[in-house]
Amino acid sequence: MEQMILLKHVFKYFGEFRALNDVSLEVAAGERVVVCGPSGSGKSTMIRCINRLEEHDDGEIWVNGNQLTEDVKKLTEIRKDVGMVFQQFNLFPHLSVVDNLTLAPMRARGLSKSDATDLAMTYLNRVHIPEQAAKYPGQLSGGQQQRVAIARSLCMQPKIMLFDEPTSALDPEMIKEVLDVMIELAEDGMTMIVVTHEMGFAKKAANKVVFMDQGEVVESAPTEQFFSQPESDRTKLFLSQILTH
Amino acid sequence: MTARKKPKSGVTRAVDTIVIASAIFLVGYVIYKVDTVMIYNWHWGFLWEYILRWDEEQQAYAPNLLLKGLATTFRLVIWSMLLASIIGIVMGIMRTSSRIFFRTVSRLYVEFIRNMPPVVFIFVFFFFLSSQFVPLLGIDELSVNASPKTIALLEILLGPPELFANVISGILCLALFEGAYITEIIRAGIQSIDKGQTEAGQSIGLTRFQTLRWVIFPQAVQKVIPPLTGQFITLIKDSSIVSLISIQELTFLAQEVAYSTQYVFEIWLFVAAVYFCICYSLALLFGKLEKRSQRIYQG
Repeated sequence: MEQMILLKHVFKYFGEFRALNDVSLEVAAGERVVVCGPSGSGKSTMIRCINRLEEHDDGEIWVNGNQLTEDVKKLTEIRKDVGMVFQQFNLFPHLSVVDNLTLAPMRARGLSKSDATDLAMTYLNRVHIPEQAAKYPGQLSGGQQQRVAIARSLCMQPKIMLFDEPTSALDPEMIKEVLDVMIELAEDGMTMIVVTHEMGFAKKAANKVVFMDQGEVVESAPTEQFFSQPESDRTKLFLSQILTH
Repeated sequence: MTARKKPKSGVTRAVDTIVIASAIFLVGYVIYKVDTVMIYNWHWGFLWEYILRWDEEQQAYAPNLLLKGLATTFRLVIWSMLLASIIGIVMGIMRTSSRIFFRTVSRLYVEFIRNMPPVVFIFVFFFFLSSQFVPLLGIDELSVNASPKTIALLEILLGPPELFANVISGILCLALFEGAYITEIIRAGIQSIDKGQTEAGQSIGLTRFQTLRWVIFPQAVQKVIPPLTGQFITLIKDSSIVSLISIQELTFLAQEVAYSTQYVFEIWLFVAAVYFCICYSLALLFGKLEKRSQRIYQG
């Protein structure tokens, strides 16, 4: 299968603190990878390195055949292929929902306003909130905002979607509507890396689960195997902690 | 809800009445004192001649010193506001740049100006820069060689041709001075926007500049309207300081009128009222703007 993302011996430091310690990861096209682990384990840092919101200090990161370097122009091009959904949604509060969605297609891809609007409505339909197009982010619920954020990323028609704890800032009753959208996306064959604590989502949608702790990849296994026969003691402990309640 | 609100606004009204009444009383008392103790004969009538004069040759009214001064003040203020905003935006963005060169340049500019009294800056500017730099712009030749149409346009924008250099010095001086404060306001505005906004902009494939232009800046502008209003009002008031370097604006010409007529009280009270009106109208205008942009925000 075609390789989408490759991390080779990646290190990342925040001052003295080693946030990523020799992380290697391979994601093929169409693969859905869930990354889990205790807080501070480096999972967010890892996916933030993949679209270079954080710069890694050592090792190599390849995205869709391009290596991430300091070349800013190339970086902007690479980012067009990599969508990112944040924990805090990070919608643009001064723009209406539809303007949030059309901004990048118009400015970065050079689409006309009407083409961009058509595109935006297509993806708003896909996240099931076309009726909110004219509203401002501040008028929407958290679940709706996160779905708009997903649609905003999809509008750039990325090859890969990164999710950084997309449901962690949501009220419990809104988590499902966001996860449903993500599952649909997975069923359509999108390549996804999802940092989450939602093990239900992992079981339903992921091909592979990666467990990280203290900046290291402790375990990486196909979903079924990860939950039924985890190898490492740290994984077993983590799973027992989050699955027992 | 309404039952609780009513007595509350009633209380505010009572307090307001007391405050307003005492203010009126105080003003009345001062006028009474001036009238009885100072035994001063007020001459307000003469002001008119210095606003508008009858031109015998043209057989029409023509603006006199005070109105001319006011026009110059307006020109000074409008152009220097514009220029100061441009300087402030460019320098403000440079202040937040990741490149140390840009940060240093803008930092030096801000610190140089902020740590100097305005009057001193104006003298330094005038004697060392303006007298050297403005002639280099070739304004005097321009006003001689330009076509009548250009001159007419420039007259609307800058006032009488013989004072072009004079007004431009004033504009540059004010703009450079106020630009430093606007720089800091813009910097604070940009830095007040959550880092997640930049990350979101970049993650959907916008360049650094596009993110700044379409994501950060519109939000920052909305936030800096209140401090910017204050700075613009300060700019209007500071425009009176450039009278020190003989820029022929309202304060400068009022001074001349005051010297020649000796009606010092009337002149300065009048000028104070004019400045108050300009500044207060601006504050009202920006207040409206602020409310409108907040409405947009909430949809």
